Amino acid sequence: MSEGIGARVARKEDKRFITGKGKYTDDIRMENQAYAAFVRSPHAHAKVTGIDASAAEAMEGVIAVLNGHELTGDGIGNIICGWAITSKDGSPMNMGAWSALATEKVRYVGDAVAVVIAESQALARLAAEAVEVSYDELPAVAFADKALEGGAPEIHDNAPGNLIYDWEIGEAGATDTAIAGAAHVTELEVTNNRLSPNPMEPRSAVATYDAAEDHYTLYTTSQNPHVARLVLSAFYNVAPEHKLRVIAPDVGGGFGAKIYIYPEEITCLWASMKTGRSVKWTSDRSEAFMTDAHGRDHVTTAKMGFDADGKIVGFKVDTIANFGAYMSLFSSAVPTYLYATLLSGQYNIANIHCNVRAVYTNTVPVDAYRGAGRPEACYLIERMMETAARELGMDPGDLRRKNFVQSFPHETPVIMTYDAGDFDGNLDKALAAADVAGFAARKAEAASRGKLRGMGYSCYIEACGIAPSAAVGSLGAGVGLWESAEVRVNPVGTIEILTGSHSHGQGHETTFAQVVAERFGVPIDNVSIVHGDTDKVQFGMGTYGSRSAAVGLSAIVKAMDKVEAKGKKIAAHTLEAAEDDIVIEGGEVKVAGTDKAMAWHEVGLAAYTGHNLPDGLEPGLKEGAFYDPVNFTFPAGAYIAEVEVDPETGVTEVVQFTAADDFGTIINPMIVEGQVHGGVAQGIGQAMLEQVVYDDDAQLITGSYMDYTMPRAADVPFYTIEHNTTVCPGNPLGIKGCGEAGAIGTPPAVINAITDAIGTNDLQMPATPQAVWTALQSVQTPMAAE
Amino acid sequence: MSNVTMTVNGKSVTREVPDTTLLSDFLREDLRLTGTHVGCDTSQCGACVVHVDGKAIKACTALAVSLDGSDVTTIEGVANGAELHPMQAAFNAHHGLQCGFCTPGMIMAGIDMVNRYQAEGKPLTEEAIRHELEGNICRCTGYHNIVKAIEDAAGAMSGMAKAAE
Repeated sequence: MSEGIGARVARKEDKRFITGKGKYTDDIRMENQAYAAFVRSPHAHAKVTGIDASAAEAMEGVIAVLNGHELTGDGIGNIICGWAITSKDGSPMNMGAWSALATEKVRYVGDAVAVVIAESQALARLAAEAVEVSYDELPAVAFADKALEGGAPEIHDNAPGNLIYDWEIGEAGATDTAIAGAAHVTELEVTNNRLSPNPMEPRSAVATYDAAEDHYTLYTTSQNPHVARLVLSAFYNVAPEHKLRVIAPDVGGGFGAKIYIYPEEITCLWASMKTGRSVKWTSDRSEAFMTDAHGRDHVTTAKMGFDADGKIVGFKVDTIANFGAYMSLFSSAVPTYLYATLLSGQYNIANIHCNVRAVYTNTVPVDAYRGAGRPEACYLIERMMETAARELGMDPGDLRRKNFVQSFPHETPVIMTYDAGDFDGNLDKALAAADVAGFAARKAEAASRGKLRGMGYSCYIEACGIAPSAAVGSLGAGVGLWESAEVRVNPVGTIEILTGSHSHGQGHETTFAQVVAERFGVPIDNVSIVHGDTDKVQFGMGTYGSRSAAVGLSAIVKAMDKVEAKGKKIAAHTLEAAEDDIVIEGGEVKVAGTDKAMAWHEVGLAAYTGHNLPDGLEPGLKEGAFYDPVNFTFPAGAYIAEVEVDPETGVTEVVQFTAADDFGTIINPMIVEGQVHGGVAQGIGQAMLEQVVYDDDAQLITGSYMDYTMPRAADVPFYTIEHNTTVCPGNPLGIKGCGEAGAIGTPPAVINAITDAIGTNDLQMPATPQAVWTALQSVQTPMAAE
Repeated sequence: MSNVTMTVNGKSVTREVPDTTLLSDFLREDLRLTGTHVGCDTSQCGACVVHVDGKAIKACTALAVSLDGSDVTTIEGVANGAELHPMQAAFNAHHGLQCGFCTPGMIMAGIDMVNRYQAEGKPLTEEAIRHELEGNICRCTGYHNIVKAIEDAAGAMSGMAKAAE
């Protein structure tokens, strides 16, 4: 079937975007709309000693200036982290208080202390400048390792030494013993650089309070509007759920940054009640750099032991994770259950131990960014494997193959059970597509042009389809991570799918329709996908962790099972046949092997007229389902990067990039490839360009696109994409998920390629021309002196 | 406040606006043409690219009052009625967009670069497209399919230009 599973269908949703008719939050204008601007701390750490809003309040067109004391006085609750992690000594994590508007103390540059509501955005911003806040500055710390040192400024009273938790996984003693007895030990220190997610649409919120109904409506840039409603309702006391509607319309990218419920949304809702006006806030890019949750920021030391045959015997990891000034919604889970649980990589490793210390610093809160923990794990393992191969004088592919997990299910020592995979097959495909056999000739040709050419591998695995509710609940999650769906067959036979997943670029309106088309034999144009509105969709956990297809589509399949069962009952009754003889073929519900059939619209009409239904069957044809995954899914693949370095300048170009991924069943290869393209570009960005920079006083240096290098078109090549498919046994369609793979697998491939080219492993991300040139000098200088 | 008159997507419009009004705000807020997006505040992301008197400019970096009398085309004005511009069609066919936020700027920049290269008789190579996209940032697509779309549309637009001759 041309439109079903596996078809390269052009996207249904494109038309509104290519004609300028998309409807993003900032495009919405309410009738009595006012504008919010936040008064933000210019200091990284300070006591707030006074707020004088008189000058701002006196400005014509200023409606109100509101502060944190009024907000907490109205009962608005503190912002919380929703995943409880327990330290290895049994103590709970030390979560510091985070008020949407700071009261006593500010803890990072950008921390909001007040909000101005005014008749125009320009006026609100002008008036925010006129609010005078007095501060007593305190010493500040930006870096995780420095925050743990004795005498470092303490950021929250209830987190002595800035320690949030000190957590471990795996067997320390057994791992130490294994490494002590190893024939070879590879040691590595890596930093995983701090990044800003940078969806192109800045965050925005439009909040409206209806006093007559005591009801709130929030339009917002969210990846998970139902989670937003739940948290706003249950924890922040804005309004009970039935008095709060959250709508995430077209959302311009998320990458994790739009999972969380931020101070600005909370404040806009509260301010709309206080002022009786709709309140809109739209971030500008500078504000985004200092308020959107950052990602990564790990410092890690690790040792991996090998036996004489090159088999891994033990892996020991010590990580410090920078959480910023407050614990964001999922922050605690990122360097623990999304990171340390993936440290077995694609390899059969008997002994693994990882210790993680999470610390406060005076920086923007850090949370999940595309990949979330898994890129950090993959980067560490894959740099380790490439480094070990070089030290052992082995081919990097051979060393990996020697250690690949070969049989499934495979239980790792860090609580994951890999369900399916073909790691040799992935690598075979990548090696062939990248023409690794021809590398030596390409390297020689590059050398003739004065360029250093290098090649690097990365064999990644990730845990997606997040996640079985009971499993994550036992690990501390405050929510279940199922998904819900409703399938409505209309009386005219068209089909509406209501899903708790949210599309902000993923193309659900097309791919979800393809699955329905495949199942019911209707054209995708007869299927509509409804998402992003808590008044329309009953519930949902949203889109992150590559879960929409693996979990969201599974819920749709479950609901379709129920619709099919009822549709068959109706058809059997109408066509006077046995229910077991009814099949769905070519858009018809028919009696197998006969020409007796009903079109979908006839089934729909019969269901809704109710004139002639089987005894006891309810009218209507609409079913809902909740799907709770049985396991994580495990996308995996092999990536190969080739780079050329100009030794004179350090300028490095990715000249070839090959990705061979195993995502299980693929609904639309065009869309899946697009996901990989984008992820790879973000991975190249992390490896070579991107870095959030703080100075020693915790002032944010990279506050705009003038300072923070986003990947441009000229920074990346065309990518070669291959697929190798092992079906995921855990969900009905066999899907593993594809949203994060590129961002996870790419950075180590690029850095392994650059270090191969320059002949030294002493290189951290981002490998800017300066960093590469500096690393090259350390190799070349002694040679020059000889 | 000043009176500004422009032709926007073929229609003459006049509005009284503060002198500080950016073209992007004029289009989005005064004319409610919200297809022109604003993704940064330093003129780098290119989500706001529109055509003024036939040339691509960043609408976030021009004052509306300075463009009195200009002819402005936005993303809402490039299709010919229900018929998509070849650049729009190519972005759809090649999956050159995901979240859609940078897309209007990409399409406007793409049309402009094809027009300029064709006017100068220069080949619009892959390298040239990537270089020309320096001022347009996309976070979703990794640029692969954007470059493919512009390459493809350049062919279609060349055909259009020849047919018109």
